[in-house]
Amino acid sequence: MVEVAVSRTTLPVGSEAHHASGWWGMLTVIATEATLFAYLLFSYFYIASHAQGAWPPHGMPKLSLAIPCTILLVAGSYTMWWAERGIERGKPVQLMIGIALSLALGLAFMALEGMEWAGEPFHLTTGVYSSLFFTITGFHLAHVAVGLLVLAVLFLWTALGYFDANRHSAVSIGVLYWHFITIVWLAVFFTFYIAPRL
Amino acid sequence: MSDVETFRAPIIARATDQSQSSHILKRSWEGPGGIAGWLSTVDHKEIGKRYLITAFLFLIIGGLEAAIMRAQLAQPNEHLLTPEQYAQLFTMHGVTMIFLYALPVLSGFSNYLWPLLLGSRDMAFPRLNALSYWVFLFSGIFLYVSFSLGSAPDDGWFNYVPYSARAFNPGINIDVYALGMVLLGISTTVGAINFIVTLLRLRAPGMSINRVPILIWGTLTASVGNLFAVPAVSLAFFMLWMDRQFGTHFFDASAGGQPLLWQHLFWMFGHPWVYAIVLPAMGIVSDGLPTFCRRPLVGYTPVALATVSTMALGFGVWVHHMFATGLPIMAVSYFSAASMIIVIPSSVAVFSWIATIWTGRPVFTSAFLFFAGFVLLFVIGGVSGFMTAAVPVDLQLTQTYFIVAHLHYVLIGINVFPVVGGIFYWFPKFTGRLMNETLGKWTFWVMFIGFNVGFFPMHILGLAGMPRRIYTYAEGLGWGPLNLIVTLGSYLFAIGVLLFVVNVFVSLKRGQRAGDNPWDGASLEWSTSSPPPVYNFAVIPTVASRYPLWEGRLNQGDDRSSTQQGFLLDKGRETIGTTSLDAEPDVILKMPSNTYAPLLLGVALAVLFIGALLHSWWLLGAAVVVSLLASIAWLWPERALSQIET
Repeated sequence: MVEVAVSRTTLPVGSEAHHASGWWGMLTVIATEATLFAYLLFSYFYIASHAQGAWPPHGMPKLSLAIPCTILLVAGSYTMWWAERGIERGKPVQLMIGIALSLALGLAFMALEGMEWAGEPFHLTTGVYSSLFFTITGFHLAHVAVGLLVLAVLFLWTALGYFDANRHSAVSIGVLYWHFITIVWLAVFFTFYIAPRL
Repeated sequence: MSDVETFRAPIIARATDQSQSSHILKRSWEGPGGIAGWLSTVDHKEIGKRYLITAFLFLIIGGLEAAIMRAQLAQPNEHLLTPEQYAQLFTMHGVTMIFLYALPVLSGFSNYLWPLLLGSRDMAFPRLNALSYWVFLFSGIFLYVSFSLGSAPDDGWFNYVPYSARAFNPGINIDVYALGMVLLGISTTVGAINFIVTLLRLRAPGMSINRVPILIWGTLTASVGNLFAVPAVSLAFFMLWMDRQFGTHFFDASAGGQPLLWQHLFWMFGHPWVYAIVLPAMGIVSDGLPTFCRRPLVGYTPVALATVSTMALGFGVWVHHMFATGLPIMAVSYFSAASMIIVIPSSVAVFSWIATIWTGRPVFTSAFLFFAGFVLLFVIGGVSGFMTAAVPVDLQLTQTYFIVAHLHYVLIGINVFPVVGGIFYWFPKFTGRLMNETLGKWTFWVMFIGFNVGFFPMHILGLAGMPRRIYTYAEGLGWGPLNLIVTLGSYLFAIGVLLFVVNVFVSLKRGQRAGDNPWDGASLEWSTSSPPPVYNFAVIPTVASRYPLWEGRLNQGDDRSSTQQGFLLDKGRETIGTTSLDAEPDVILKMPSNTYAPLLLGVALAVLFIGALLHSWWLLGAAVVVSLLASIAWLWPERALSQIET
């Protein structure tokens, strides 16, 4: 081996913000997951467009819980954005507060959504509408559950002192996923609660 | 506070595999030996070989199923198989060839070759690569377990409802297929993610997007396609499983569900998938053929664009599988026209290959014969595809042997022939030894003649009205003689495949030693040793053109690629990350070491699906918990990967 030179440019080493391969990986995960929800909503609209009789068959879905649900998730996205900004400026405490707030908002969403499920006059097997409703909102709920697990793990890692202003790509990747869950909810909310009213 | 380096000016060195620095690299990149190393490896070359071997085993299993069916069909009124056995055989034959052979074999090539073609030391996500293989293996086993119990999937590979609904198909046959496909979808998706991010991030400095080999374009396009297509089929199978096991009504017409929704979702996936299993194979030809024609590919840019546009169009043609379902004539006309337009990018590629042969100085090796034979078979399969893209013709021919002929010309012609040619081409790189050329040429002619004798008459049988998927036929229909020829031809083809397998085993032991570059190829994989060292490249190459090893004779521009001199990156497992379009050095990537996490996660996922199949909810729950714990362990920030500083 003959050492010829030292590169004139200095390069970052390892997982650094958007240089991390995981950041790119998460973008592709979101692409494929967004497609999954697109196919779910396609199925809904396809079946709705062929429906005989009234659609939705059980009357207009009530907004009394769905709107608070939406507000909770959007607020949870905001708190995570604020949390990420904290660690970008080297403030792990702000990160931990932000994650804790988002966790609480996410859990509240799951509780409200659970009440919504319990209050429906139909079951999974009642008809095709109920099958679609529980499956699509169920897919989203499962994503929220995974998102909350991600947040909990990020909280633990922050508490262990793993992150600082230079090294926090895991946080950026988790935040990206969390925003995605919010955006998917907006699409689900529009499909079930707004579209039939238009 | 920081004892992990966050920035470095990398050393540029001149080194070969014999240099002292390469011993250091070898120590960093080598995993443990023995069974521990085998189970925990994340080396793309090991994973690529496993993909190739496993896919070939599935090819042989699927071939044996076909051989049994051909024995049954050789004469009218045969009773070798019952109708139920025949239904399981043709379903498993299709499932095996399309899902367990055709894409995985190409993933094998790409996993092995991508980092070598790109001048990198591994894929972007080596552990994900291992996971993708394990899940593929387990889903293949999963799909085959019920076969031995006599209750394999039996509704054809596209599994139409309502026949696959519980009312008509109460056994576990369809549940195995449904869950197995969702499991396989995980493998395909994580594999696709790995290819996409590798392309965007891990090319050698200077290998701008317009300099990557066509195989890269093919696999990239297939991967992007899969990323958007696989969710459709995973969802369709999941909804079918819900309908069958939990009483939902997605496909149940009596409760407002839509049986046709199944066909839409299946073919929204199915047609892009067809391109996913041929475009990388066409890439093999586009890269291999020029080597044996002693000139660059004619029309690199049109071929790359044709590859991408074929896939883009491929997302808008799915209804041509559904012309006979009674959709509005306006809708089917659109899909008919869209399907015909695909002729244009396909023809661009065909004329490029012909022009490359025409204007080159062909060397008639076995690999060349397979590549050139592929061009002819592609044209035949393309013409029959164009015919069935016309609605009136399709209404006449759908569900007949004409379709069977078309899809075998397309899948064997565009997948198997390039794959076998590709093995002849890269075998010396994989093993350090050449395959036997005399036997190779015999193999080609036996396979080529056997294939055409076996499959061309199916066109005529289809035109004569023989439906596909019938287990036998009456004597007076006049289909007997042609069916006998089909059977004999397909057996000759099988003998050809056997000759190929023999050649592989003989050449592994006694093949002539190959140097680094036995074919005088132009791309980066030929610049390293055969077989390549565990770290791939002693230094990261720098690329200045599309044909880095041919620059001296092509005389295009003054810039020269460099394979002996480049970034050394010897501080543990490292490779260079570059920018997505121009491939400027961007980051020094830390690569993971051997780990059991992918195997553990793969096993947990397989158990999860077994739990779902058996309705064993505690097993499913335990598997979910283990999967989550394995994922958290996998992602735990490591200092060695420079993910944390303290």
